[in-house]
Amino acid sequence: MPDVQSLVNEFILKLKKRKIEGSQATARQTAVLLRSVISQQRIPYTSQAAALIDAVRAVGEQLIAANPIELAVGNIVRRVLHIIREEDLSLTTAAIEGLNVSSVSDDDGDTDKDDTPGLSAAALAAAARSTLRPPSLQTLLEDLPDSSAIPHTSSSGGDSDGKSKSADKSTRSRKLKHDVIEAINELIQDIDTCHDQIAEQAVEHIHHNEVILTLGSSKTVLEFLCAAKEKKRSFRVFVAEGAPRYQGHLLAKELVARGLQTTLITDSAVFAMISRVNMVIVGAHVVMANGGVIAPVGLNMVALAAQRHAVPFVVLAGCHKLCPLYPHNPEVLLNELRSPSELLDFGEFSDCMDFGYGTGTPLLHVVNPTFDYVPPKLVSLFITETGGHDPSYMYRLIADYYSADDLVLQRKVASVK
Amino acid sequence: MGAPKKSAPKTSSSDDPEELARVPLQAVLLADSFTTKFRPITLERPKVLLPLVNVPMIEYALAWLESAGVEEVFVFCCAHAKQVTTYIENSQWRSQPNFTVTTIESHNSISAGDALRLIYERNVIHGDFVLISGDTLSNMSLVRALQDHKDRRKKDSNAVMTMIIKHSKPSSATHQSRLGTEELFMAIDPTTKQLLYYEENANHLKGTLSLDKMLLVDNSSITLHNDMQDCYIDICSPEVLSLFTDNFDYQHLRRHFVKGLLVDDIMGYKILTHEIHSSYAARIDNYRSYDTISKDIIQRWTYPLVPDVLFPGDSPTRLDRQGMYCASEIQLSRSAKVGPLIVIGSSTVVGSNTTVVNSVIGKGCIIGSNVLIEGSYVWDNVVIEDGCELRHAIVCDGVIMKSGSRLEPGVVLSFKVVIGPNFVVPPYSKVSLHQQPTVEDSDEELEYAENSSDTIHSSTRGQVDKPNGGSSSDLSEMQQQSIPELGLGGMGYIWSICEGCHEEEWKHSVAPIPPEKLTEITRAIEDDLDLANMDRNAPASSGELKPDTQVDSEDDENEDSRDDSTYFEKEVEATFLRAVNENIKVDHVILEVNSLRLSYNMQSVDCAGAIFYSMMRLASQLSHSTASELYKNVGSVVSKWQKLLKSYLPGKDEEIEVILKFEEICLESVKELSPLFTQILHFLYDKEILSEEAIQDWETEKADADESDKVFVKQAEKFLQWLREASEEEE
Repeated sequence: MPDVQSLVNEFILKLKKRKIEGSQATARQTAVLLRSVISQQRIPYTSQAAALIDAVRAVGEQLIAANPIELAVGNIVRRVLHIIREEDLSLTTAAIEGLNVSSVSDDDGDTDKDDTPGLSAAALAAAARSTLRPPSLQTLLEDLPDSSAIPHTSSSGGDSDGKSKSADKSTRSRKLKHDVIEAINELIQDIDTCHDQIAEQAVEHIHHNEVILTLGSSKTVLEFLCAAKEKKRSFRVFVAEGAPRYQGHLLAKELVARGLQTTLITDSAVFAMISRVNMVIVGAHVVMANGGVIAPVGLNMVALAAQRHAVPFVVLAGCHKLCPLYPHNPEVLLNELRSPSELLDFGEFSDCMDFGYGTGTPLLHVVNPTFDYVPPKLVSLFITETGGHDPSYMYRLIADYYSADDLVLQRKVASVK
Repeated sequence: MGAPKKSAPKTSSSDDPEELARVPLQAVLLADSFTTKFRPITLERPKVLLPLVNVPMIEYALAWLESAGVEEVFVFCCAHAKQVTTYIENSQWRSQPNFTVTTIESHNSISAGDALRLIYERNVIHGDFVLISGDTLSNMSLVRALQDHKDRRKKDSNAVMTMIIKHSKPSSATHQSRLGTEELFMAIDPTTKQLLYYEENANHLKGTLSLDKMLLVDNSSITLHNDMQDCYIDICSPEVLSLFTDNFDYQHLRRHFVKGLLVDDIMGYKILTHEIHSSYAARIDNYRSYDTISKDIIQRWTYPLVPDVLFPGDSPTRLDRQGMYCASEIQLSRSAKVGPLIVIGSSTVVGSNTTVVNSVIGKGCIIGSNVLIEGSYVWDNVVIEDGCELRHAIVCDGVIMKSGSRLEPGVVLSFKVVIGPNFVVPPYSKVSLHQQPTVEDSDEELEYAENSSDTIHSSTRGQVDKPNGGSSSDLSEMQQQSIPELGLGGMGYIWSICEGCHEEEWKHSVAPIPPEKLTEITRAIEDDLDLANMDRNAPASSGELKPDTQVDSEDDENEDSRDDSTYFEKEVEATFLRAVNENIKVDHVILEVNSLRLSYNMQSVDCAGAIFYSMMRLASQLSHSTASELYKNVGSVVSKWQKLLKSYLPGKDEEIEVILKFEEICLESVKELSPLFTQILHFLYDKEILSEEAIQDWETEKADADESDKVFVKQAEKFLQWLREASEEEE
């Protein structure tokens, strides 16, 4: 797989150099990369799922290390791992149903070479964990018999199964891979269409003659506002410019091009304007498991202003932005400091950067953080592809998308550090 | 004279747009600064491999080139070429897709000029290339600058180089204290951004600048900058290499090449400037700029070339509050005070009650307790025992500082030096295991002499290594020698600072400028200002003299130019006659006339006139008895050589010039042509050598001339009438 490795390296370089902008693009490219990793991965006859998981995890670790700030990478890696587990699980259940109940007892007595006591203990632990885990909303709704799945969460169940039915084995391994790739394709499609799916809900939230405030520029927000406009809602938008990168200017331009009544304000004017605003709609960089939001700098201030005037603060986020980590995890780097040149002209201030005078310590420090952390209590509503959610509901949503085992991924990286 | 001939075919090939698109962007990285400013460290390791914030300088340059879209880099190594080559072989750059790094080794190059000549001989550069030295640091995007460069090249093939400049605060004190460089003066044409004047050693000029007055003649406006910083990043066309080859005395890129091009107006090569605003670019020229640029990196001006983003390497670095970059696996004592703006490399141990402020500490260092490190650069695997004090010093790999020793500001300790206990190293001293080379001349004027000894690595090495070429016996001998020099158990030599240089030492050191020197500088500036004011108040002394000399020289110039033009005409005529006699192809004649034009500094108008003159002469010299035969001669000559004439008639103005010239010929040199004036004019019009507009303009130009001048207009009256009618009919 030299070509996969070179693809991975190329992507890592891009991440390192911060060449990929925006979490949607990053998420999409990560998913595409992982798809090719999986399709090129040779699968042994036994423990196919474990082999896939190992491969994805190995690549994932490198990717996360390349740009620890872009949490979307880790999210997608975990999503893919979760997909593999799910597909493996559904295949096993299908196989067991076909094989009759006897195979379950067969599982216990089997002296499989991979089925060492350690592994079975791990399997038991995994099983126990999934029983402890509250049933996800999806399973409740789809009314799947959750209990039947429990004994087979680990790959060991599949191994013994494969051993007893060698003819089935090859088709199964091909099937697993195929299914996983299908599911990843779906994931990629989901990422591609997340803007549209979120935008579809715009009419439910934006009403006639309302005033919407946003800060900086977000593709999701743009689509959301335009979708409401297309549905013949007439409303006005205040755009805070989003210093120091001033992406709000671009957003304002874009909104005007689409025929929306737009007002551009400075970031510091937000508090003065907020009393006239009906709703704040913003994009996010990442949504953490506790419902806190990592968002472009300045948003915490906007959220506080909104709370003071009891204006709903709505965050739009595609599912790839949901991060299963808590912001107090030491691995979560909340911020990236960019070049001070976005704030100051180096030439004009070069005399303040002078180290030749006095003690050699410059008196001027410039700090240019990229992100703000907005605590969950300031957020009124999250809108994802699946609909509107309360911040306190985020952990349940995350449980739907990620399997609890994959938090290990992060711990492994930490131990390497 | 060789340059235009050599570059001419190249120009034509690279002007082809397809050709341009096909050539991958190349870069030449000079992994040698050809100076001695980083001695004694550079005796053992090339400058480009010296760590800048714990990463070798060349990494920054390569990372920038890679991200700027350069696909092929030629690293030219000279001093310690083996070390550079091995480093690149083992680096990550080898395995990168779409990015190749090739090393070119040379052992006998002593200057940037030699390096570029060698690269020209290798014939590896095929298109526009980026020329930087390995100690340059930038995060600018090349796209705009490259595009501008290419666009200009399409319009004017003489724009061979684009120089990147950056705004910086205009104060000579700032120049000195920031990068340790002299004040730089540039004159730039504000509309075309052409560089017209470049002077970097302005201090030697005692506050006066003299601009060539021709600059003001040729350019409608000039802006004179002292607030620009030269980034030492150039986008060059392949001609630059051939220029270096043709002018074998070019050594220094700026001092010789840039100034040479600016002075030399024969070839008409131009240097353009491109100003960058928000991006960062700087070059590490001396210890002071090393200090400044390190701090710029820590303050993230060079983003994304900052320790926590681009170079995690084996151990990722994390950025904490107040610009503290800490690698993982470091041991910091709880009582250690690590202050703002510091970088600590992996596996470093810092003992209790130690204070580290504004400093960079490399990998695997062991720092004892009660140590003070302030504004210093400690490289890898350094051992600093308890109670040491370091202020504004550079400490290289493997140095051992015994307990209680102290480094005064500006000290440089080279590799593996050992400082004895409680020893105080005096300010600005440089300590190395190598003895100071006997040739000690770091004066500006003698720099080249020394360069040769620096870069012909073997020779210096020879000098230095011989005394301790052996092993243990020599070492012990050295130890004995140095006991008094560096305290008990100390190893190394303190390089003596020559008398003259001691004054200059503070300028280029890592230590901040001492306050008394600073006041000296500012006072000097004020003095200069006073002086300037005085000058303005008393213009009688100097002010009157200058205009006189100017007038004189102008007169000279005019006479010169008159002489020149007659000579030029004769030369052209001779060339033309030779061409007629030997049946030389028109293209070749054009080439020859072009070279004559360049050497006499003439315009193409003059060429047209001269060629027409020689054609008429030729026609009149051919045997003829009657006017009609003469006309026939003229006709045959003109139709045979019309291509030659036409190539110098790009526009109406030149055509008018030819008509005027024709008048002159008829009046002065070949009078027998005068009755044929109208006929020939008509003939030239028929042959489409002269356009209708040109003839009409000529008529209007003549409208308010003297009666005597109007002879030919009157003669041509009928023809002009016919022309007017024809044009009216057309309308």
